[in-house]
Amino acid sequence: MTKLSMTVNGKAVSGEVEGRTLLVQFLRETLHLTGTHVGCDTSQCGACTVHIDGKAVKSCSIFAADAAGANVTTIEGMANADGSLSVIQQAFQDCHGLQCGFCTPGMVMTSAALLADNPHPTEAEVRHGLEGNICRCTGYHNIVKAVLTASGQTVAAE
Amino acid sequence: MQNFDFVKPATIAEAVKALNSGDAQALSGGQTLIATMKQGLAGAETLVSLTGIAEMKGVCQGDGGLHIGAATSHATVAREVATTYPALAKLAGGIGDPQVRNRGTVGGSLANNDPAACYPSGALASGATIVTDRREIAADDYFQGLFATALDEGEIITKVIFPIPEKAAYVKFEQPASRFALTGVFVAKFAGGVRVAVTGASNDGVFRWTEAEKALSANFSAAAISGLSVDAGNMISDLHGTAEYRANLVKVLTARAVTAA
Ligand SMILES: Cc1cc2nc3c(=O)[nH]c(=O)nc-3n(C[C@H](O)[C@H](O)[C@H](O)COP(=O)(O)OP(=O)(O)OC[C@H]3O[C@@H](n4cnc5c(N)ncnc54)[C@H](O)[C@@H]3O)c2cc1C
Ligand code: FES
Ligand code: FES
Repeated sequence: MTKLSMTVNGKAVSGEVEGRTLLVQFLRETLHLTGTHVGCDTSQCGACTVHIDGKAVKSCSIFAADAAGANVTTIEGMANADGSLSVIQQAFQDCHGLQCGFCTPGMVMTSAALLADNPHPTEAEVRHGLEGNICRCTGYHNIVKAVLTASGQTVAAE
Repeated sequence: MQNFDFVKPATIAEAVKALNSGDAQALSGGQTLIATMKQGLAGAETLVSLTGIAEMKGVCQGDGGLHIGAATSHATVAREVATTYPALAKLAGGIGDPQVRNRGTVGGSLANNDPAACYPSGALASGATIVTDRREIAADDYFQGLFATALDEGEIITKVIFPIPEKAAYVKFEQPASRFALTGVFVAKFAGGVRVAVTGASNDGVFRWTEAEKALSANFSAAAISGLSVDAGNMISDLHGTAEYRANLVKVLTARAVTAA
């Protein structure tokens, strides 16, 4: 076991990890931040998406030790300072961008990175940008609508 | 997953030392290796992360073309070469998904040499030079079949030099579940001739379609290859496509790449 320190959601954290400890295990099991989900554990579904230094990554496919010293943001760090939902989270709620909610933390994290990079994406860019996130429930339309709404663009009613 | 010691050196020299002392393996973006380790198909006593080595990251113009650090992510390549080598930017920007592109690296892709990976075709068609900690290897000598390369035990790719062609394009027929290439063709036109490299199709991994190169070097147009055919004999056949289907894709995608270039 070695000691590991990083910044998670703006707070300095540390804990003991093995070489093989995945970032998602460190987040969920050591820090008890269970909002980050594990769907596939094989880098396919994106449920485990977090930000490392602002970039979306799949936390099931990076060792915790490789993120030593990094600035990590998880879904728990997405709400506004007063506890209200962020614009993206609110848009997911308003647009029914979730059903069971399992994929939602990953969807929100990927969407946030996408919008930071490209504040006014087209629908095609949103779909392309969410390629690494799988949803078994919604059929994606309302997720795409949520991201477009969060970007301040008006979305035609279906 | 079997446990291991994790080390993250800051220089190539330290990494090479760590890799050549005992049972050690390089870890770059981990987008292939970690999944393989989870399945118990790979593992070592020490894992040497290459992503903390500044001299292995980034893109610059230098002797012989673009010098791309082996630990540069696909996302960075897609962004940095967008104007200097748009076909390569498109290849890098089409790998997997955004999260995979933020971690996966050019060195990891070339070291792994997956028969359906994109970078091997880009490197082979560009006539790239694979620079390691001890030598330079021409792409023509580097790829040696499925997951096989000229790399020796403990040898790491430090950078890749891509000559910039006059015209080029990469066209990938995506396997929609994995997002790897069901078949992909990279066409690069240089003053000295055309190079065509095909991934995802052959049982021997990436290869050059020399007949098409000859025809396209004489006449760089889709029509120039219309009379050619690709032998299905050694093509991959699986539930996603038969050998004949892939052989046909090679021709169709080459024509599309020439038109797009
Ligand atoms: C969902 C998904 C979709 C993908 N889609 C595509 C796709 O469309 N096209 C495509 O081409 N790829 C695709 N990939 C693979 C991706 O590009 C990987 O990032 C890449 O194959 C491996 O690079 P890596 O940096 O992650 O290497 P790692 O996984 O860290 O390492 C892979 C292997 O290379 C060795 N290695 C790593 N770096 C070096 C080095 N510098 N020198 C010597 N050996 C080294 C390691 O020891 C290991 O054996 C996909 C992956 C996933 C998970
Ligand atoms: S749990 Fe990480 S990608 Fe599915
Ligand atoms: S809402 Fe259930 S998986 Fe997406």
